[in-house]
Amino acid sequence: MTIEDHSRAESPAASGLRESATFDRATIAAIQNAARTGIYDIRGGGAKRKLPHLDDLLFLGASMSRYPLEGYRERCDTDVVLGGKHASKPLRLSTPVTIAGMSFGALSGRAKESLGRGASEVGTSTTTGDGGMTEEERGHSKHLVYQYLPSRYGMNPDHLRAADAIEVVLGQGAKPGGGGMLLGQKITERVAGMRTLPAGIDQRSACRHPDWTGPDDLAIKITELREITDWEKPIYVKIGASRPYYDVKLAVKSGADVVVLDGMQGGTAATQDVFIEHVGIPTLAALPEAVRALQEMGEHRRVQLIVSGGIRNGADVAKCLALGADAVAIGTAALIALGDNDPALEEEYRRLGSAAGYYDDWQDGRDPAGITTQDPDLQQRLDPVEGGTRVANFLRVLTMEAQIIARACGKAHLLHLEPEDLVALTIEAAAMSRRPLAGTSWVPGAGA
Amino acid sequence: MAALNAKNGIAAGNEPDAPTATVADVPLGASAARHSGTVTVDLAEVTVRQLNAALHAEPAGSRTRYRVLNPAGEHALAAGIGAPLDVRIDGHAGYYAAGMNMRAAVEIHGNAGTGVAENMMSGRVHVRGDASQSAGATAHGGLLVIDGNAGARCGISLKGADIVVGGDAGHMSAFMAQAGRLVICGDAGDALGDSLYEARIYVRGRVASLGADCVEKEMRPEHRQELSELLTAAGRDDDPSAFRRYGSARTLYHFHVDNARAY
Repeated sequence: MTIEDHSRAESPAASGLRESATFDRATIAAIQNAARTGIYDIRGGGAKRKLPHLDDLLFLGASMSRYPLEGYRERCDTDVVLGGKHASKPLRLSTPVTIAGMSFGALSGRAKESLGRGASEVGTSTTTGDGGMTEEERGHSKHLVYQYLPSRYGMNPDHLRAADAIEVVLGQGAKPGGGGMLLGQKITERVAGMRTLPAGIDQRSACRHPDWTGPDDLAIKITELREITDWEKPIYVKIGASRPYYDVKLAVKSGADVVVLDGMQGGTAATQDVFIEHVGIPTLAALPEAVRALQEMGEHRRVQLIVSGGIRNGADVAKCLALGADAVAIGTAALIALGDNDPALEEEYRRLGSAAGYYDDWQDGRDPAGITTQDPDLQQRLDPVEGGTRVANFLRVLTMEAQIIARACGKAHLLHLEPEDLVALTIEAAAMSRRPLAGTSWVPGAGA
Repeated sequence: MAALNAKNGIAAGNEPDAPTATVADVPLGASAARHSGTVTVDLAEVTVRQLNAALHAEPAGSRTRYRVLNPAGEHALAAGIGAPLDVRIDGHAGYYAAGMNMRAAVEIHGNAGTGVAENMMSGRVHVRGDASQSAGATAHGGLLVIDGNAGARCGISLKGADIVVGGDAGHMSAFMAQAGRLVICGDAGDALGDSLYEARIYVRGRVASLGADCVEKEMRPEHRQELSELLTAAGRDDDPSAFRRYGSARTLYHFHVDNARAY
């Protein structure tokens, strides 16, 4: 077979066939699947579609008007303090890269332990999820943020006081306005016991908090949480990116010490694909709006902003900080660091009807990497000590990469990065970030 | 409200000019009278922060009696207690009174705002008047007694506690209730027990409507027995045979497209 013959056999496009951009193969498969099963697709992960993102920004680096710092000689500090506005015991982290909330239930106990070990090794925080606090996680996490969710599964005042911070969750980027979901195959006896639910049922938890509605109530709720914990714990408010300018203002008015903003690239363990792809706005679009809200209130840097949703490398970290965030959180990237979508598991992914690089059935409980599962055998595949090392390694790389960029911009602390260090590569990114299009002084929408 | 941050003196409720103090600076004892084993706390004199700090500072097994005067609808009164204290609040309480209570007996001689005894773990909370919405929300254990009426969403997401309402309960009561018992001696509002899990509901009066997946169930002897015990514990003498029982039909435990109309 000649090269031409081979490519013709492999690729319909090579023989002149044209695939529809509107009805591409994933769309065709979705329609056919809906027609066959009568049910929508539920999956894990965040938005898969191409979105304006942090890749659409570039750092300028030092030049005639800026002094760089020596890469391997001069300090670029990375420490960050979160939650000092009202709390007597704020979190003091060694790096602004934290681990986002993910539940025991969605993840195995060993995965939670791995995240705790990794985060603790580098002096950062990890976060519980919809399902309560486990011994694995508390025991191995130096800094543990305890989520306060609508479902209140496993919520108790002892855990509240054992936490280092409390995160009131209003939403997440993958599904602003949606509640938690954990399908029956992952509701083992232990998971069910922690959530006070019958084992094996499909658990669809509430999307609204049961005892408050709106920001005026939230202010009273936050006061109650502070009273119960004697005003020691920082209180975060987590929002899914949809109306960040207003939501951040209301969160601050309600008394938040820290606002957590999760963009639509942020992952979920189980949500309808249509929800993930079509509700909420990208991290790049949300972050500058959140910063604008804080600045207008005179609360920027006084109330800290943690940003998540598609953070993959040190450049993403540095760009978020330059745009005004105080820290970032990683979820999906941390799972990948643990071994999710590892090409070494290609054969097993194929048997599940997926492939390495595509696997998103985190809802399904059959994760060959042993991360998003409660199956006793699959869980054993993840060694929490090794997993912790991998997470710690990844967190260190993110931090070092951000430092490399910060030094190049002449910054002795990651938090010294500023919007003026950035330009945009696309008109969309320029409009969203309010940074000029590279090589121009044009900021779409700015000025008259 | 004038609750004070015990550590850095920042007042809650955006009151930058409020006087700053710490619990250590202004010990409750200076404003509280201790007579025959009862500590009397006048909230016209001290802050909620000071009251709660004192309640939290009680040793694990303490059965000290507290009497709280002039509550004036303050929020988070007696929230987060961990010891088997006996707390009497003389007047109306705001939101989240006795929130997350463990072991204590808290009696409110007045009405209670939203979320009284929310997420209670154990102990007993008794509201002598009416309670606003979300009474006993997500409570895991203990007994909540409301002599008067309860607002909407009473016992929402209940996780094992018992609630006895002397009067009526509002709409969406026992919404997504997972475990525990809700007794309503009067009428129940619309959508009772919507999306119910394993909690049991007893209603003496009329039920405006049942929520998705909530059905009337047979009242067997063991149910009359547990209802009788709950009524007795609540200090009531209602006839258990006058009640009907409601529970989950369990048809929504696994999502099925045929049930889509129920959502």
